[in-house]
Amino acid sequence: MSTTTATPSAAVEPIFNTKPRGLWSTALRRLFHRRSAIIGMIILGSLILIAIFAPVLATHDPTKSLIGIEDVQKRAAPCIHLLGCPADQPQHFFGLDGNVRDLYSRILYGSRLSLMVGIISVGFAIVIGATLGAISGYMGGYTDNLVMGFMDILLAFPSLILAIAIVTVLGPGLINTLLAIGIVSIPVYARIMRSSVLSIKQQDYVMADRSIGVPSGRILFGNILPNALTPLVVQGTLGIAVAILDAAALSFLGLGAQPPTPEWGSMIGQERNQVFTAPHLIIFPGIALILTVLGFNLLGDGLRDALDVRQRS
Amino acid sequence: MLAIPVLIGILFITFVLNRLIPGDPCRAMLGEKATDEVCDAFFKRYGLDQPMIVQFGYYLGRVVTGDLGDSMRFGRPVTDMLMERLPVTIELALLSLLVATIVGVILGVVAAYWQNSPVDLFTMIFANLGVSIPVFVLGLLSAYLFAVILKDTPFSLPPSGRLTAGVRVQPIAVAWGMEDLSGLPRGLLDFFSQMYVINGAVTLNWKLFSDASRHLILPVIVLSTIPMSVIARMTRSSLLEVMNLDYMRTARAKGLNERNVVFRHAMRNALLPVVTVVGLSLGGLLSGAVLTETIFGLTGVGRTMFDAISSRDYGVIQGFTLVIAFTYVAVNLLVDVSYAVLDPRIRLS
Repeated sequence: MSTTTATPSAAVEPIFNTKPRGLWSTALRRLFHRRSAIIGMIILGSLILIAIFAPVLATHDPTKSLIGIEDVQKRAAPCIHLLGCPADQPQHFFGLDGNVRDLYSRILYGSRLSLMVGIISVGFAIVIGATLGAISGYMGGYTDNLVMGFMDILLAFPSLILAIAIVTVLGPGLINTLLAIGIVSIPVYARIMRSSVLSIKQQDYVMADRSIGVPSGRILFGNILPNALTPLVVQGTLGIAVAILDAAALSFLGLGAQPPTPEWGSMIGQERNQVFTAPHLIIFPGIALILTVLGFNLLGDGLRDALDVRQRS
Repeated sequence: MLAIPVLIGILFITFVLNRLIPGDPCRAMLGEKATDEVCDAFFKRYGLDQPMIVQFGYYLGRVVTGDLGDSMRFGRPVTDMLMERLPVTIELALLSLLVATIVGVILGVVAAYWQNSPVDLFTMIFANLGVSIPVFVLGLLSAYLFAVILKDTPFSLPPSGRLTAGVRVQPIAVAWGMEDLSGLPRGLLDFFSQMYVINGAVTLNWKLFSDASRHLILPVIVLSTIPMSVIARMTRSSLLEVMNLDYMRTARAKGLNERNVVFRHAMRNALLPVVTVVGLSLGGLLSGAVLTETIFGLTGVGRTMFDAISSRDYGVIQGFTLVIAFTYVAVNLLVDVSYAVLDPRIRLS
């Protein structure tokens, strides 16, 4: 007769009394422990607030010239009363541009455009790219070769050059810029999605679904996609920074947002020959662009570390 | 070769983009008043009355023979314009890549060697800012700094152009006393003659060399900032990863000093991913060249692209896009090959 000592259940005390955390809440905790990520979030948070409250914060109409309204000269330097500018002169925090418009108000409104351009074009690229990549990775075979072959061709162009070529065909304008940058960014997301899908496809839980006859579409969108999301989120955040830079460059070249739209790149492009006489017209929109791009870059790097995404090629 | 379908794909895309351009190519070329008969003849002559696929065949044939069409604005073959302006961009891009690689690797190694020190922090701040500054903002601000603020100091630098007025440029062939050279060798020498820094160096024309170099300092700084930052970050993280591997512990355990461990054992392996980044930077450099050349008034490929965009000179846009994409593919191929040369594991498998 064997003596079995029943383990008293009371002895199995949980070591930690906390509930296991999910991927996202762990990531968020790690994110808040990284200095650079916090700086990125602060920058982006302020930027979003500025974009929302631009009408409240702005002192002037961003597209309206002040000729005949105020006694001011075009491209006048900043005038801030608190910093010693004579009180009889009208106050303009960042000075005036070549069309006698208040630069400060234009820059505030510009934040709306840059955020919009970055988020919409990357969103567009992620939706199309991820779908193509997912289908490509899941189906394999000819579909895979065809889709990825096309993506390789798109990747063979330097991104700004291809965007320029596309905008030349579509015609200049903000919407076409969005579209061009979106198209140019598609291959990156398609590749990431495909490699995620390829590795997840082999997992047991997908096999299990397949063997009980769950339709392909539901496996792909219900089980595989949610698990492939992390690298997309990281790349998407960094991609917004690139998209904003490219859009600003296109506007700088005169292909993107058209005047009088207060877009940072086009503001700099219009006044680029005045850099030696009125540097504030380059410096202020320039700083706005740098901070925005920096914010997305810092947040993206932080997310990558927090979510522990290894570069999958 | 995997590159061949990609090249054909690039040709196809530039072809399609060109066909999608709104407007009538005949009237764009010959003027609004061209009659229908004239235009019919025009379409026949350029094969535009044929089905698309046949047109693509014609286009392929023309490109293979080096005919990229004509510039509508200048009425010159695009190929001629390329031969004249490509050297300017190649010189600028190669110098920038060289500076970016050398400085980037040094910064990355320094940051990794003294990890978490103020030097590391400073380098990483620089690298983060470097990838966030738009090329055109950096270009305009550095022009302002060096041409206006530092105007009367020894640090003053010219903000635009390739040479100071009055500095003479001789074709290399002439300087070497080989005027009667013709054909391909002459063509090559003329191509290199357009690279003023190289021209000045090989013809021992010190004045040309120093003046051309001075004009290139700002564009090179501007163009190299982004790849430099990327390379510095890559070098740092790659070196840090390698430093924790087993064979590094072995190297330390057998008593090698830290400097030898880092430079002899870690560097060789850490630099492999850096080679990829250096190669991939070229795409960014070519994109950046459009902006840099526009700002600094250098008549290279980028500046010509910008002018062509402004004047809707489609032939030039198409031809230049094609050449840039081909260059990019060629460089990527070169990177793949160099990877195999550097890494025995890839070579032998």
